[in-house]
Amino acid sequence: MECKGKKIFEGIAIGKISYFSKKEQTVVRKHITDKAAEKERYGKARDKAIHDLHELYETTKIEIGEADAEIFDVHSMMLEDDDYNNSVYNMIDQQELNAEYAVATTGDNFAETFAAMEDEYFKARSVDVKDISERVIRNLTGEKAAVLCSDEPVILAADDLTPSETVQLDKNKILAFVTRKGSSNSHTAILARTMNIPAVINIDVEESWDGKMAILDGDKGILILDPDPETEEKYKILLAGQQQKRELLKELRGKANETKSGRTIDVFANVGNVTDIAGALQNDAGGIGLFRSEFLYLERDKFPTESEQFAVYKKAAELMAGKKVVIRTLDIGADKKCDYFHLDQEDNPALGFRAIRICLKRPEIFRTQLRALFRAAAYGNIQIMYPMITSMSEIRQIREIVKEVKEELQAQGVPYKDAPEGIMIETPAAALISDQLAKEVDFFSIGTNDLTQYTLAIDRQNPALDDFCDTHHPAILKLIEMTIKNSHEAGIWTGICGELGADTSLTETFIKMGVDELSVAPPAILKVRKAIRECD
Amino acid sequence: MQNFEYKITDEIGLHARPAGLLAKFAKQFHSDIKMEYNGKSASAKALMGIMGLEALRGAVVSVTVEGDDELEAAKKLKEFMSENL
Repeated sequence: MECKGKKIFEGIAIGKISYFSKKEQTVVRKHITDKAAEKERYGKARDKAIHDLHELYETTKIEIGEADAEIFDVHSMMLEDDDYNNSVYNMIDQQELNAEYAVATTGDNFAETFAAMEDEYFKARSVDVKDISERVIRNLTGEKAAVLCSDEPVILAADDLTPSETVQLDKNKILAFVTRKGSSNSHTAILARTMNIPAVINIDVEESWDGKMAILDGDKGILILDPDPETEEKYKILLAGQQQKRELLKELRGKANETKSGRTIDVFANVGNVTDIAGALQNDAGGIGLFRSEFLYLERDKFPTESEQFAVYKKAAELMAGKKVVIRTLDIGADKKCDYFHLDQEDNPALGFRAIRICLKRPEIFRTQLRALFRAAAYGNIQIMYPMITSMSEIRQIREIVKEVKEELQAQGVPYKDAPEGIMIETPAAALISDQLAKEVDFFSIGTNDLTQYTLAIDRQNPALDDFCDTHHPAILKLIEMTIKNSHEAGIWTGICGELGADTSLTETFIKMGVDELSVAPPAILKVRKAIRECD
Repeated sequence: MQNFEYKITDEIGLHARPAGLLAKFAKQFHSDIKMEYNGKSASAKALMGIMGLEALRGAVVSVTVEGDDELEAAKKLKEFMSENL
């Protein structure tokens, strides 16, 4: 049987299901007479919970990381909250109810308030309120938290997991998580990602599945119950591949991208949004070599505002904490379309109105993005990259607009920082005049996908041309070599951010040409590192 | 009485951690500090109440400070909010 859910973290797990059933805290409503004593009981149980949460914060900080530990800090703040405490005290005082019942009711009330909110983040906080209330009730009743009992590693199935349950589980015994509830914003989801545990949510798990064989495919977001031998065999092969990759990760993480003769090449990540940065860091990226800003524009019906863009760029800069983040300005056009741009239909979109051409003809769009970028540059190492350059005059026009944008920010007293500015070399024209361009910009990044398409006159979107598309064509390699040489003569660096950058059969060739940086999809980083370390 | 408006710039909005820090910070003042947004109102000294405002990024929150240290409290709160929220 196959169940489809929502994927939270990729990866494959094969094993028995262990159904994590919580001991329902049956809270009995009781009438009490000694109100002062009851309030003291509550106070003690709450203080112990706060104390335990501080410890949990410290352990999580060491074992997993500070960002994931913060939830427990928030939990203790919630328990110190006046509204929460007053609600409990009022019930004891005015309704003469026992502490357990007062806490449970208070927790439920707050959880309901959060659950009724519209925003996903706030909705997800209802679990936190329940979690803290259960913790206090356990202290009141003396019951222990549910634990996972199993000798062998299992796929953990549950209705939902609270953050503290997730952290306190024995990670060595968990192959994967599958839950009925939860959201991609829940802390369980965040922790699954940090701990590299495959996870799928929104699957109707049943207690009767306990002990059954299953396969969890986090890449597809499915759970296969009682798999047939053929499926299991297929997944065993996939799992072996995944384990090999993880071994590689372990072996190569933290190592330098250094050739045998001691030359170091930067290996950066190509990302399409802020969430991808987690994957980049996990794979040990030295920086972001290509941050595609298109996602801000695609799949929506109006232009992203300056502050929306600023928030995203700032976040990216902060996540990379001082490491380079090369952000490519708007590259809409050709195969990437946005209705609200109202662009004309073109017979030949790849050779049409796209990328920097749109920015220069419609500078109001460009200015908004530039303002956001220079403002965000104050928060980290942002570098700005302009796509689809073919001439010196384009550089001069960009210069002019950048100058005006900075003057405007200055005049308005808006904080910003200068950032290095570079260009994509993705047209034969740019490669051929790279000697001149190199004197005007701070870096080059070679976009091999478009460079191949324009050099070989082969439409990337047309699969019928695959046989003609020789990505290693000497003409392309010549253009790359020429670009790198010209950049070094002008004292600037060159990276490769197209698909060829991850082609390890060319790594040695690129190193010989003198390339300074290779920017690849996050899962390819360590493969490229390995190739570099094997070069002379 | 002191009153000012503040626009939330944090990406997720007035979420748990900053709300908790704000509550902690607000507690050092004697004044009553009230936050209002979208028809809802909460004490700035209570984390759950602040979160209950569901103030997302871009929300303009109105803050009213009333009490013997209202001048200082309003000034310091403004500073705190622009640094953390």
